[in-house]
Amino acid sequence: MKSLILSALLTLSAAPVLACETFTLGDLNIEHAWSRATIGADRPGVFYVEITNNGSTDDALIGIATPAAGMPMLHETVVTDGIASMPHAMSIPVPAGQTVELAPGGYHGMLMGLTTTLAEGDSFPVTLSFQNAGEVVVNVEVLSLRAEGPDCDDAN
Amino acid sequence: MRLTRLQKILWAAAGLATLAYGLLVLLPNRASEAVPQAAFRPTFTLPDAEGRVRTPAEFAGQHLLVFFGFTNCPDVCPTTLSEVAQVMDDLGDDAALVQPLFISIDPERDRRLGLAEFTAAFHPSIIGLAGDEAQTRAAADSFRIFYAREGDAAAPDGYTMSHSPALYLIGPEGDWLRQFTYGTPATDILADLQPRL
Repeated sequence: MKSLILSALLTLSAAPVLACETFTLGDLNIEHAWSRATIGADRPGVFYVEITNNGSTDDALIGIATPAAGMPMLHETVVTDGIASMPHAMSIPVPAGQTVELAPGGYHGMLMGLTTTLAEGDSFPVTLSFQNAGEVVVNVEVLSLRAEGPDCDDAN
Repeated sequence: MRLTRLQKILWAAAGLATLAYGLLVLLPNRASEAVPQAAFRPTFTLPDAEGRVRTPAEFAGQHLLVFFGFTNCPDVCPTTLSEVAQVMDDLGDDAALVQPLFISIDPERDRRLGLAEFTAAFHPSIIGLAGDEAQTRAAADSFRIFYAREGDAAAPDGYTMSHSPALYLIGPEGDWLRQFTYGTPATDILADLQPRL
């Protein structure tokens, strides 16, 4: 009973969270699309998402586009010998049967040339281009500057 | 008799060689092992967002949480500063005993973009410091950290920064206590910090 109430509460609190929406493109499931609030529009924004390939063919994320930024790119934060750098990722592999996360400290979309400040609670569309599956538009929710990810009831 | 003498000389030579070899092998090893433990007092002389020059001396008695970064950094820096902000919130009344510092490794651009609004967006207690090239390099060298400007035509302003992303803990007497590697959760930092206060 307790757990029922708890899960009901969690569902309630998670219900309005846009970042918990799931998008489907063929065998790909795309969820937890979120971004961080920015201070003004002069610094780059960030884009995180989780992609699950339920199919039997490998795919790859090869690009992102959004009206929110003039130059969105895929990057990867790499820490080598204690030094963090941020090389471009030409493509992000999404192997068959696996989940790939664009998450803090790893792969991420870097949104350069923001057209406007990203404020907490805003949302904007991002078009994801995959090598095989094609394109899909996802809604990205802007969370607080201090967010570490969306609070979804299915998040693990 | 002559043979014995020769033998003595040879033994002595062998002994010396062993000793010399031992010193060569052991000393650098001991030195490299000792580095993380060695108490050293990293220092800085850097202006804050209002231009007031800050040094470790004014923070005597407080623990310092020091992070080197740049405000144009979309992934690593917000993640670490969010953790620092969480630690400060969770410290409650003990928060006064800890001073978080954000040292800009991209000071010119960070001043232009706004240093104070950046640190304040994470937590009002964080002091942002941004000096000139020489002051910044001196602070980084003192903390023994790395940073470099990397040309990147696709990046904003044509460059990005690579840097050591760890968080450094300095004790109330200015001693370097430890580092928290990038990605250390706020709860782990808090658990380490609380017994020290």
